[in-house]
Amino acid sequence: MSSAGPASGCDAPPVGVDGILRERGQREVFCGLTGIIWLHRKIQDAFFLVVGSRTCAHLLQSAAGVMVFAEPRFGTAIIEEKDLAGLADANEELDRVVNRLLARRPDIKLLFLVGSCPSEVIKLDLSRAAQRLNSRFLPNVRVLNYSGSGIETTFTQGEDACLSALVPDLAFSSEKQLMIVGSLPDIVEDQLTRLLGDLGIGKVVSLPARKAGQMPGVGPNTKYLLAQPFLAETGTALDKRGAEHLPALFPFGAEGTTAWLHAAAQAFGVPEARFEQVIAGPRERARKGLALYREKLAGKRIFFMPDSQLEVPLARFLAGELGMELVEVGTPYLHKGHLIDELAALPPGTMISEGQDVDKQLDRVRAARPDLTVCGLGLANPLEKEGLSTKWAIELVFSPIHGYEQAGDLAELFSRPLHRRDLLRV
Amino acid sequence: MQLTVWTYEGPPHVGAMRVATGMRDLHYVLHAPQGDTYADLLFTMIERRDHRPPVTYTTFQARDLGKDTAELFKTAARDAYDRFQPQAMIVGSSCTAELIQDDPHGLSLTMGLPCPVIPLELPSYSRKENWGASETFYQIVRTLADKERKPLPAVGENGPRRPRANLLGPTALGFRHRDDVAEITRLLGDLGIDVNLVAPMGSSPADIAGIGEADFNICLYPEIAAQACSWLERTFRQKTVKTVPIGLLATREFVSEVCAVAGLPVPTDLDQGRMGWWSRSIDSTYLTGKRVFIFGDGTHAVAAARVASEELGFKVVGLGCYNREFAREVRAAAEKYGVEPLISDDYLAVEEAIEAAAPELVLGTQMERHIAKRLRLPCAVISAPVHVQDFPARHSPQMGFEGANVLFDTWVHPLVMGLEEHLLTMFREDFEFSDAAGPSHLGGHASSAPAAAASTAEPAGEVATIEQSAPATTEIGGWTSEALAELGKIPFFVRGKARRNTERYASEHGVTTITRDTLYEAKSHYAR
Repeated sequence: MSSAGPASGCDAPPVGVDGILRERGQREVFCGLTGIIWLHRKIQDAFFLVVGSRTCAHLLQSAAGVMVFAEPRFGTAIIEEKDLAGLADANEELDRVVNRLLARRPDIKLLFLVGSCPSEVIKLDLSRAAQRLNSRFLPNVRVLNYSGSGIETTFTQGEDACLSALVPDLAFSSEKQLMIVGSLPDIVEDQLTRLLGDLGIGKVVSLPARKAGQMPGVGPNTKYLLAQPFLAETGTALDKRGAEHLPALFPFGAEGTTAWLHAAAQAFGVPEARFEQVIAGPRERARKGLALYREKLAGKRIFFMPDSQLEVPLARFLAGELGMELVEVGTPYLHKGHLIDELAALPPGTMISEGQDVDKQLDRVRAARPDLTVCGLGLANPLEKEGLSTKWAIELVFSPIHGYEQAGDLAELFSRPLHRRDLLRV
Repeated sequence: MQLTVWTYEGPPHVGAMRVATGMRDLHYVLHAPQGDTYADLLFTMIERRDHRPPVTYTTFQARDLGKDTAELFKTAARDAYDRFQPQAMIVGSSCTAELIQDDPHGLSLTMGLPCPVIPLELPSYSRKENWGASETFYQIVRTLADKERKPLPAVGENGPRRPRANLLGPTALGFRHRDDVAEITRLLGDLGIDVNLVAPMGSSPADIAGIGEADFNICLYPEIAAQACSWLERTFRQKTVKTVPIGLLATREFVSEVCAVAGLPVPTDLDQGRMGWWSRSIDSTYLTGKRVFIFGDGTHAVAAARVASEELGFKVVGLGCYNREFAREVRAAAEKYGVEPLISDDYLAVEEAIEAAAPELVLGTQMERHIAKRLRLPCAVISAPVHVQDFPARHSPQMGFEGANVLFDTWVHPLVMGLEEHLLTMFREDFEFSDAAGPSHLGGHASSAPAAAASTAEPAGEVATIEQSAPATTEIGGWTSEALAELGKIPFFVRGKARRNTERYASEHGVTTITRDTLYEAKSHYAR
């Protein structure tokens, strides 16, 4: 199990941009368990069993928009007094819960045991539990484990932990292939795969796949593109399997998507003329889509509270392609390796903050009075009440925003609060 | 370990947050990791609160665990005092901090904070949200109530004064607490009674100090206020009004009890709303004997059972609660209605019980609303846990005479209406009356696809297929295809009951093959 992985890279001096503000105080962010909300839909035959407390279960149901699905593919094994007091053997209890669960859900092929704050603190060894359960349930069900605990992971880091748990389990493949890494909405994944195919890149695979049995192989002839900026551990795990990372801007907006595809085109020896020919149409559509919102957003001042780690690439997109002014770009962690191109593409002197001291940061929001503040759900209504327009950060994780065809939609997400403010007379 | 899909209650510190967020000038310092800050959104999103809950989380991380998490707590507490200047603070641990045993209470004592600090011991691995709210409110009252402050003399310089009551129990994120308080305050005003204090909702620590100045207490939400009320009874000799005024009859009894405690005559000219007449009016005849399944917190469930049974003429076919602390009250009520009480916080067990009872209406929480949707049963929400829809823009109390009006509307409207019910029964094969169409006045539900999982309400299509492809002698689960086809002609909202009754009749009478005749024999056997 990883221990506070991304934190280890924080001490190095900033690359490309100076004056990064690092804060240690109260953080107002989700823990990594929250990633289960989209991951359990992405991998259709996987189940996520959180081993945690009533708080974990309550978080999942609150973050899931309160019970949208009749029976989701996630659940919580709630640790009780007797498990802590040693009256019951926690491992036996866990086996009992897993037995009951798998008996109820014979359709499940992949089970993640997900560690939480309490399970980490009482040092319940879920990797050993997974081994033990594998010896009983393989080949029908594969059991893996990762930690989504709030003492180790922030929000989207939960997906990173989940995917990096998948990597050692991937089959070896010596085939020449391109891997898209990061869970994308199915339609976006299909669009990007199609474009890469049109470029003449033979085999394009995705991690995660939509089914447990269809996870891609990996090996020295695998080159991978990260679709999300929060996959530090997953990248490291893929590197260990011999795969090669293709550094690029992230595929947000017309320019970001072009740069992302271009990195793949270069690595696979696609001629420039072919590249231009394939992307010209969709890139033009994306630019047209963006033009609609540029007028509304250009010159508007935006403040990012730290949330999903999407902040830096989105800020680059909003400043570069829509002319917005960046007041502050807050991010829970700054992975300078994966963000090197993004940081370089930000306007010089952009104020970046890493970590959080929420009350102090809110003081800065109030002092700056930005036109738009991107923040978590706990802060949005209070800021609106103070007359500050907000954009829920979580929507950026739940909506299709990558690639050419979604560039306009992404801009619309930022323009909607401003449009609504202009519209309302109440 | 308990396997949970959905939970009815959050952890106990969320109960404490509901108390703190309902109050003013109180601050909660919670020793907790960063993920626990999700709880803020319950208040800002579900209840649309326009301020952050008054909670500071220490948000310790893995790397802090080896170092000094206690120091982190002290820094957070000091910063919170300096920034928010509360009149009092509550301090405690969430589930994870409970395991690292930093003792927020002891730490805060050594800090010499310039306001009262109330320590909370909320055991996360054995208790839940309501218990946490109750314990928090009790500790706040116990610590802050000024024992020197007593009611003013009943007769002062200007003659006799109006009696004064405390309204206790409403919190942030409570089911209709906002509207109940407004309604009961108005009702008390009509009776000639002043409200001394509403708490926790809307009160400050300074207000709590004067809690003893009321002549008596009204325990609106026993889940949260019963413990505090009993302490006040012992300490200040304040009587407690215990009738929960949900429903017409309960509200009348509440008025009598309040007047008796306050030493006032019961007025004869109170406006009692329309609910009584609406229910007696001839249009409501079709409500008679509607089978209703009720589940919620103990207080709301018991109250709903009485309203359903005595005020609307429904038949209670299931009754239960998720909070074990009120199991005794629910068991007593269940005995009265002749049903097996369901005391469980296992959502799947509740779903099974509803499916087995095959009710025509479900009164429950947001969980039961989802279950009912899946089983294609009408449903109204009567209890927490809450959802954004449980905070309507309009005034919509559950308590008092207006509350009774609201109950009538919200419980009756989801049902198929009287005349439509007859037509559905008579012209079952009319293509536009197909099951998928649902009640015509609920347009939004009309196109909803039949839920495949619902065994009590299988789609008509399945029955039709059987009818066409199989000879009349084929047996499926003991049913001949002919009998199954006949069953399919019964409107969906009573089909579950018909199937269940027929199968029970068959097994009790040793019938192995259910024919069309068996169906009608069972019908006459169980005729109501």
